[in-house]
Amino acid sequence: MRRLESTRYTVIFATIVCVVCALFVSVAAVSLQPRQAANARLYMEKNILVAAGLVQPGQDVSVQQLDEFFATRIKARLVDFETGELVPEGQMDARGYDQRKARNDPGASRVAPPNAAGIGRMPKYGVAYFVTKDDEVEQVIIAVEGLGMWGTIYGFLALDRDANTVRGLTYYEHKETPGLGGEISSPAWLQLWHGRKGYDDKWQPRITVIKGPAGPPESDPLRVDGLSGATITGNAVTRLMQFWLSDKGYGRFLEKFREGAMT
Amino acid sequence: MSAALPLGAQERGILSEPIFNNNPIGVQVLGICSALAVTTRLDKAIVLGLGVIAVLVLASLAVSLVRNHTPPTIRIIVQLSIVASLVIVFDQVLKATLYEISLELSVFVGLIITNCIVLGRTEGFAMQNGPWRSVLDALGNGIGFALVLVLVALIRELLGAGKVFGFTVLPLDKDGGWYVSNGLMLLAPSALFIIGLLVWALRTWKPQLQEKD
Repeated sequence: MRRLESTRYTVIFATIVCVVCALFVSVAAVSLQPRQAANARLYMEKNILVAAGLVQPGQDVSVQQLDEFFATRIKARLVDFETGELVPEGQMDARGYDQRKARNDPGASRVAPPNAAGIGRMPKYGVAYFVTKDDEVEQVIIAVEGLGMWGTIYGFLALDRDANTVRGLTYYEHKETPGLGGEISSPAWLQLWHGRKGYDDKWQPRITVIKGPAGPPESDPLRVDGLSGATITGNAVTRLMQFWLSDKGYGRFLEKFREGAMT
Repeated sequence: MSAALPLGAQERGILSEPIFNNNPIGVQVLGICSALAVTTRLDKAIVLGLGVIAVLVLASLAVSLVRNHTPPTIRIIVQLSIVASLVIVFDQVLKATLYEISLELSVFVGLIITNCIVLGRTEGFAMQNGPWRSVLDALGNGIGFALVLVLVALIRELLGAGKVFGFTVLPLDKDGGWYVSNGLMLLAPSALFIIGLLVWALRTWKPQLQEKD
């Protein structure tokens, strides 16, 4: 027992335990990383389908089904934020485009214009997904992101042909408090967005998460029920939605889309 | 079982005792916090139950293996390091296999580190016993914990959402069925009520568990 009580032994033992535990954790983290990344990508693409209303939030979707949807119903394109024009097809791989990676790549991004959504840099190009049925474009889906309370919130917003009426919304990645701000990804709350409008009559982005309940979409289209205990998250959602709907984000593109200039 | 891993009456007792007679939730009333949080759905409860079993067994084994070399002054932090490492690895495995469940469960998986059952078994049992017995004890406690979790989740999901494993069993009135769901079942307090009733049922079934005062 004498041996166990010496300071020298204690320090050595503690060091060994730390090194062994650290090795164990890092080996597991590094070796599982590729599978986790593949899962995250699959989940992201699934959320595009959820926003489009093609699959239900809890539904399992295989890689084959995803490819099938992307071949038949969803057309991935890229938008130049500055001009609002589509990048010509074939110039870049739109489905494989990683908007987050592009944002952090100095060559593919720029400093974002001053904004309230906590967006520091933004990529030159952003994804846009056209949801088609029998070759008719029914909806357009854009990617939205912005700073929440604890981290960046990522989501997809589906808009109708008028580029104004919300057809679907998902937040697929965020670090908001579970049970409070984390409820932004709950299907019940996201359902409240359906039928509401992104813009007011003068085409200013005006959709707002308020405190307390909002009216039905028909009479109160510019406001969405707040989540109790999640004021900061709610405000963050308001700011990020308004940012990406504005001319700083997808505004110019959506204007062209609404005028029918692109299908 | 070979002679190295005996499974005699005593070992079987170590394994089975914590499942009913000394259930960590039902009798010792430990680990209630995660029992509240993850029992709204059966799949979540099963995944967390399996996580606790895996972490508990491996942590008990590791702690027991180094128990004669562990300086008593730092034994708790050594146990915590082992438990924490295992929990992080379990979380990583979950993200690589059951990604969507991990999104909802990750925060509670992290809480396994502070689950009193885990530290209670490593400090209370594995520090004094050999590896094989420690594993049996951990397995028994883990199963006892998971069993209660699954039972509570079954009741809550069935009465709260009319479903089992996400499949509709009781058609809800809002979907054209006859069952009016009990919204309380989906809120945290209902887990306390159910666990309270379970504790009562367990002590009625086994009167020797009742404390004499």
